[in-house]
Amino acid sequence: MLAATLIFFGGYAGLFIAPDEKTMHEIQRIFYFHVGLWTAMFTALGLAFVGNVGWLITRKPRWDWLGVSAVEVGVVCCTGGLITGMLWGKPAWGIWWTWDARLTTCFILWLLYVSYLILRGLIEEPGRRATLSAAFGIFAFLDAPLVYVSNRLWRGQHPAPVLFGGPDASLDPRMLKVLMCSMAAMVFVMVTVLVDRYRLERLRHEVDELRVAAETRPVSSGCAAATKS
Amino acid sequence: MSTARAAAVLLAKELRLEFRTRELLNATTVFAIVVVVLFSFSFDPTAAESRRLGPGLLWIAFLFSGSLMLHPSFGREQANQTIDALRMAPISPFALLLGKMLANFLFLSAAEVILIPVFAVLYNVSITGIVGRLALVVALGTAGLCITGTVFSAIASHARMRELLLPLLLLPILAPLLIAAVEATADLFAVQPSLSGSWLKILGGFDIVFFTASWLLSDFLLEE
Repeated sequence: MLAATLIFFGGYAGLFIAPDEKTMHEIQRIFYFHVGLWTAMFTALGLAFVGNVGWLITRKPRWDWLGVSAVEVGVVCCTGGLITGMLWGKPAWGIWWTWDARLTTCFILWLLYVSYLILRGLIEEPGRRATLSAAFGIFAFLDAPLVYVSNRLWRGQHPAPVLFGGPDASLDPRMLKVLMCSMAAMVFVMVTVLVDRYRLERLRHEVDELRVAAETRPVSSGCAAATKS
Repeated sequence: MSTARAAAVLLAKELRLEFRTRELLNATTVFAIVVVVLFSFSFDPTAAESRRLGPGLLWIAFLFSGSLMLHPSFGREQANQTIDALRMAPISPFALLLGKMLANFLFLSAAEVILIPVFAVLYNVSITGIVGRLALVVALGTAGLCITGTVFSAIASHARMRELLLPLLLLPILAPLLIAAVEATADLFAVQPSLSGSWLKILGGFDIVFFTASWLLSDFLLEE
């Protein structure tokens, strides 16, 4: 409920309340969705890292569930961010894509986490699957901070940071409020979907356990019933 | 047995195994040469073009042949379940990884030592003045490739489709290494060769970060 309200209000504000940006006018409004998606993605990947480390340390399945749910949601947010970025880039820069530092590291991050999901699909035994994908997830997370700082370290096509950047970075106060609202909205939507996915993973785990129990149940009672009739 | 000594024993085992048949070395070197020759069909290898595109192609040839060579690193151990024997030995898991990393580094370096002069001849690139610096860049890049490749070979050896999975996992992770190595090599191939410290720092930093990560995660990579 809360997520739906926030998304509605954030979207409305982004489209109608926020003031017009100087050079790009209407096209700039996608900024609120674009940055929101990236905030949600970084939060999701951070949670995935926590899940991966948690599994390796405690071996409790719920950390593995957190890991896979967060990575799936993070990949969706990343895809959305890349697409909104391209939709913004074509009218604003005239090109769909360029190989500057931020876009390249971001695309690599997307590839890494998609590979994580493919790896999970190819290992069958659950304990080993959790361990190996957790180890790979920790390696993959080493790229995430690089994506965030790549804008500050290398000048490229992507706009410079506006939130925690240097003295030149600033944002109109009304835009800032709308931005905060949309970031919160995206993160809430991400968390809602993540909780659903987590529950799905827990149910799958229970079904697997029930199936294993049913398959290994001793069949003596069934044989007795058959011989009686 | 200390980790270093165990790693040395395992390295000796890998080398002895490889030099009986030399099949991995031969296949890796020939594949790298095939890749280099195929690339010559994609552009006209004049000296200027080679200086522009050569470094990227050289490193892609190393990456592809390295990925093929790294797969048997742990794949060989699955055939007769020798991985279980290694796990039961009284050595730390990191010694096993370290021994294999060193062995892979030596094998890939041997292939590169043959490939680089072949590349220089076929593509009309002069390497006479830059051999030392080129050796440094190639060594750092190969070390990063072997460190991450051995770890991911261990991860992929338990999965299905492992021949496809290893390059799929490995190549995105190696992107920073590839960028730094190609830029450093391009600087060295230029008409006025130079070597900037920043690329070397990135290469060295990558190697150190992933070596440390593999040391921390070695127990989990090799468990049952």
